[in-house]
Amino acid sequence: MKGFSRVAALFSVLALVVFYGPGDALAKRPIKIGSFLATTGPASFLGDPELKTLKMYIEEINAKGGVDGHKLELVWYDTAGKAKAAKDIVKRLVKKDRVDVIVGGSTSGTTLAVIDIVERNKVPLISLAGSVKIIEPVKKWVFKTPHTDRMAAAKIFEDMKKRGIKKVALITGNGGFDKSGRAQCLALAPKYGIEIVADEQYSNSDTDMTAQLTKIRATDAQAILNFGFGKAPAIVMKNIKQLGIKLPVYQSHGVASKKFLELAGEAAEGVRLPAAALLVADILPDSDPQKKVLMDYKSKYEAKYGPVSTFGGHAYDGLMIAVEAIDRADSLDKAKIRDEIEKTKGFVGTGGIFNMSPTDHLGLDLSAFKMLEVKNGQWTLVN
Amino acid sequence: MDLLLQFLLTGLTTGSIYALVGLGFAIIYNASDVVNFAQGEFLMIGAMSAIFLHRLGLPLPLAIAAAVAISIAVGLLLEKLAIEPARNASVVSLIIITIGASIFFRGVALLIWGKEIYGLPHFSGEEPIRLLGATVLPQSIWVMAGTVVLVGAVKYFFDHTLAGKAMRACSHNKRAAALLGIDVKKIMLLSYGLSAGLGGLAGVLVAPITYMTYDAGVMLGLKGFCAAILGGMGSSMGAVAGGLVLGVIEALGTGFISSGYKDAISFFIILLILFFRPSGLFGKSGGERV
Amino acid sequence: MRRLSGFFGLAAVLAALPFLFPDNYYVTVVGTTAMIHVILAVALNLFMGYAGQISLGHAAFFGIGAYASAVLTTRYGLNPWLALGAGLVATYLVSLAISRPILRLKGHYLAMATLGFGIIVHIFLVQADTVTGGPDGLSGIPPMSLGPVVLDTDMEWYWTMGGLMLATILFSLNLSVSRMGRALFAIHGSEVAAQTMGIDTPKVKSQVFIISALITSLTGSLFAHQQSFVSPDSFGFFFSVELVTMVVLGGMGSTFGAVVGAVLLSFLPEFLTVFEDYEVMIYGAILMSIMIFLPSGLFVAVAGFASRRLAAGRERRRC
Repeated sequence: MKGFSRVAALFSVLALVVFYGPGDALAKRPIKIGSFLATTGPASFLGDPELKTLKMYIEEINAKGGVDGHKLELVWYDTAGKAKAAKDIVKRLVKKDRVDVIVGGSTSGTTLAVIDIVERNKVPLISLAGSVKIIEPVKKWVFKTPHTDRMAAAKIFEDMKKRGIKKVALITGNGGFDKSGRAQCLALAPKYGIEIVADEQYSNSDTDMTAQLTKIRATDAQAILNFGFGKAPAIVMKNIKQLGIKLPVYQSHGVASKKFLELAGEAAEGVRLPAAALLVADILPDSDPQKKVLMDYKSKYEAKYGPVSTFGGHAYDGLMIAVEAIDRADSLDKAKIRDEIEKTKGFVGTGGIFNMSPTDHLGLDLSAFKMLEVKNGQWTLVN
Repeated sequence: MDLLLQFLLTGLTTGSIYALVGLGFAIIYNASDVVNFAQGEFLMIGAMSAIFLHRLGLPLPLAIAAAVAISIAVGLLLEKLAIEPARNASVVSLIIITIGASIFFRGVALLIWGKEIYGLPHFSGEEPIRLLGATVLPQSIWVMAGTVVLVGAVKYFFDHTLAGKAMRACSHNKRAAALLGIDVKKIMLLSYGLSAGLGGLAGVLVAPITYMTYDAGVMLGLKGFCAAILGGMGSSMGAVAGGLVLGVIEALGTGFISSGYKDAISFFIILLILFFRPSGLFGKSGGERV
Repeated sequence: MRRLSGFFGLAAVLAALPFLFPDNYYVTVVGTTAMIHVILAVALNLFMGYAGQISLGHAAFFGIGAYASAVLTTRYGLNPWLALGAGLVATYLVSLAISRPILRLKGHYLAMATLGFGIIVHIFLVQADTVTGGPDGLSGIPPMSLGPVVLDTDMEWYWTMGGLMLATILFSLNLSVSRMGRALFAIHGSEVAAQTMGIDTPKVKSQVFIISALITSLTGSLFAHQQSFVSPDSFGFFFSVELVTMVVLGGMGSTFGAVVGAVLLSFLPEFLTVFEDYEVMIYGAILMSIMIFLPSGLFVAVAGFASRRLAAGRERRRC
């Protein structure tokens, strides 16, 4: 029985370590805001500002006495952008941490992976990810704050139509954001009378896209549309310049950050993209209803962390919609909180003015997007 | 014709990046039979150090020199603190140590430099050079030239210096090398230092083109590993050839077949090559020692 | 009996945990994930630890099983068990087709070839989005039933995976003392020597590769139903590396080594999350330290130390 005692001892030690680890405290309970974000990995440019925003505003709300006398407590974990990790984390948030509401899911893949868990356990989820699939068809417990990729494609095609562009070359990455965006572009193009004459792809870790762009150069495209995020779009811009391609270039809201301008440098001149108003908060007219909220968020974030991106703004919108709903519900009952989130009307956020309904769990329309153009290394508004 | 020329040039540009990474694999493999999975992290450390030193106001050449020195120091520490204490471990255990090291380096880089993407200025501007209708960036010429110089230097080192010959002896048989009076410990240390320095320099050369993040070493390392294997493990010329072949296959696959499946195409071709040449393009297929 | 004492110990612990810690997150959720990892690591150990080969592409077989089940049940409404069977057939054909050419390769070249295979499969999962759903994956995979029981709750999956895990371990322990097991150890020692003893080494290697792939695919199918969702990032290169790490960390060649390695790497990240930004660094440091100080693997070293049987190398490898 020597072998038995050896193995058994090993497993029982392991079990002891494992199960008497971090325990649950049951004091007077604060409101638990759960979150699962891609704070590392390729999508960390989303998760990082989102987490910073959540931390900053929860601190601020608590300093003002919390919500209905309850303090807020943030319980968050890193998904590294992986769906399986997100699933385990959300189970943990729901079953172990027993959070009241979840604000998070930096990427569409991680959000889509957890929908059945929150639906089954009846926990409200406000996602910070882009894909239209998250809210279409409507799921009872799932909401989101960022504009959808379909809206981005529509905004871009609208602008192209105005400029008389009819033939477009598409170049996209191989991530979830890129591929979902690509699918929306391919589906929407015919509605705007636009023909996709090239449909090239790259891998997001690629270092050179001149081969794809050389193929595009050989077509009769009148404009190039790049749906992507991270460093790849900056490389695309540089490669376009290197090959001497003079066509107008459109990017998606995936590059709506100062970082893109810094990385692409001169090569970004003239590029157009749809983005939330946050990026151009300082040049908006004072009459704009969002101006105050935007400047407020921008100054607070920049005082603490540096340049804002629209992604952190989505987290602000998500958190505030949740907090206001809890406030209106006057209760920690999850069903009531969910009902109040769905009743969100006229909420002025960084992404636009939200008007949710039982059939629309986002509540934004195309007007929430601004079409921007890069001029002299700065964002400018296109009218 | 223009099209083909541009594809080839693109392939050689990315290929020379893979070749530079592959070269670092070859050196450590030559001395110790170990595939160092932290090789990509040496590039990241070199590039990130150079970027930050440059941002602190150091002129570019000085920043680069310091960054290479930092990479060498990291390589030496890795050998001294992790590889040497485990010298009796099997090759697989050593490989897992290098995987642990690569995760560790990424973790440290994350703490020091954060998750942002960084760029480094191009060494001699970004005005593309025209070659018969195709274009190439001056930085790519730097990378290609760097590859040529470094592979020459490595070849000279292994063939004509005492330390290089000693290193090769160690790779054949460590005990026999020790009996001949070779200080095996010192040679192992040297090989890690050399490989790390090479990796650091490679990182600095490619950073203006590829940009850099704390986790960019993984994919660069993976492609470099493919280059080294394709060429034949342990052959520095092979690693370079492997890198260039891989780059050209990728570009041609993108250009003529499908950009979405280009990586699948290149791996498929690697498999085919290995099927016909089980020891890579330039590897010697030695018999097994019983 | 003594040979299987570790097995019975593990089974007892497994049966006791849900009663000692009812509805505990670490038992039901992390525990089930850990058991899946154990099955995969034990299966990989047959190929790596027993036969002395290496595979950096096992995540692909896990993916083939999972996607066969996911695609066939969600898109074609096939019965989950039939889908699972189809996954096994697909895996059998693929592993059979690649085993002969790939297994001619040795060492790092074999690592490269299996890695390439794994990446090709992964790219297919990402790119063939009309079938696989692309990077967003496939959701809404129906639950499968085991006789009259519909496997749905975490607890039901705990027992199912637990059963499969014990069966896999038992299989692995028995294989090590079989004729095939001895042939594999001989190949591990020296392929040329094994051949001269009359072992058909290509055949035996190919057999163990296929067996290992089939177990992995089967687990993948169950995984798809357990998660009710699949996406390509569960089946990538990094997961293959993680599986290899589990096997080596616990101790190559030892079934319980693979068990310990898999359990450790499943629970470790759960506890490291409290370190936030330091998590990655600490994880790497732990991995390195274990291999530096216990190069033969955690379980092999600890078990060897505990029993103080210094000369029992061969016995240890098989327990």
